[in-house]
Amino acid sequence: MSQIQNFTKGFIKENPVFVLLLGMCPTLGTTSSALNGLGMGLATTFVLVMSNMVISMIKDFIPDKVRIPSFIVIIASFVTVVQLTMQAYTPALYESLGLFIPLIVVNCIVLGRAEAFASKNTIWSSVIDGLGMGLGFAFALTLLGAARELLGSSAVFGIDLAKGDLMLVFILAPGGFIVLGYLIAIINKLNKA
Amino acid sequence: MEYFVIIVGSIFVSNIVLTQFLGVCPFLGVSNKISTSVGMGGAVLFVLTLATMVTWIIQYYVLTPFGLDFMQTIVFILVIAALVQMVEIILKKVSPSLYQALGVFLPLITTNCAVLGVAILTIQKHYDLLEGVTFAASNAIGFTLALVIFAGIREHLDLMEVPKGMRGIPVALVTAGILALAFMGFTGMVK
Repeated sequence: MSQIQNFTKGFIKENPVFVLLLGMCPTLGTTSSALNGLGMGLATTFVLVMSNMVISMIKDFIPDKVRIPSFIVIIASFVTVVQLTMQAYTPALYESLGLFIPLIVVNCIVLGRAEAFASKNTIWSSVIDGLGMGLGFAFALTLLGAARELLGSSAVFGIDLAKGDLMLVFILAPGGFIVLGYLIAIINKLNKA
Repeated sequence: MEYFVIIVGSIFVSNIVLTQFLGVCPFLGVSNKISTSVGMGGAVLFVLTLATMVTWIIQYYVLTPFGLDFMQTIVFILVIAALVQMVEIILKKVSPSLYQALGVFLPLITTNCAVLGVAILTIQKHYDLLEGVTFAASNAIGFTLALVIFAGIREHLDLMEVPKGMRGIPVALVTAGILALAFMGFTGMVK
């Protein structure tokens, strides 16, 4: 597989959210607006790239039996880095993402890529894989956030597109499930066509 | 009264799955049958309560006194992973019948974000140990409740005529949305 295919597979064909259905909790929990979705997506991308890189570097030194715990420690360290950085430089975003930042540790995508890809491949392709998957995740979250923000407050990225009464329910919890359901149905249709 | 507010609040008003989006993966993954969802709920109740208790003790007797608060995420996830392993080993020896019932679900729980989420929330809300345990147990009950209701709906959904593109996950998500809408009726019951 060429590096370009390796990079682009995360967007549509193997999109972690729409196709693989991984990482549902942050997907639903942080997408009340497009900006929050993008922030969460980029934070996850950083963790994914860095942990993929480190794991593929040290994969030959880790005994097979303690593989998973070692991966978890590496991932948790990078999550702490992201957590402290965001707290210092983007406090507003940190507040609105809240609990979901430490929860990147248990995001199945990160551990999934470490186990399925980085522990078997070279550093370079692991970084590309992490970048592709992470940006695919960010893309999905931004799309979902934009759709919910548009339906709920007729704005995208905080820019008002129309005035008037809005369907507030789409910003609240139930709207997350419903919009994601319809988005997956649409993506399924596109993938088959 | 304090405990009553915590219990009702976390089971109904801010249900962990349907309003806080924690533990959505098992919620969608193992909710095909009522019997498996009860098993999963039992395993979560057990691990969640135990994990919250242990992480609370570590936070207030190790991390805070030594100024290691920034290590919270790393320490908590390791504790939970170790705890799940230990519970699995102990159950296998002590109570094989319980192990038979819960065993399959135990490894899945490490990556259930509800466990780490509730452990961190307990610290963020500044609960004392007993309140924290109450909070954890009632969140687990709320998780089980949502899972069992959803499994009941999905068993019926299998028999329905669903438009082709919506089959499987999409229709399940829309159903979960409607269920979450029903749970929104509890909003404002307790503050």
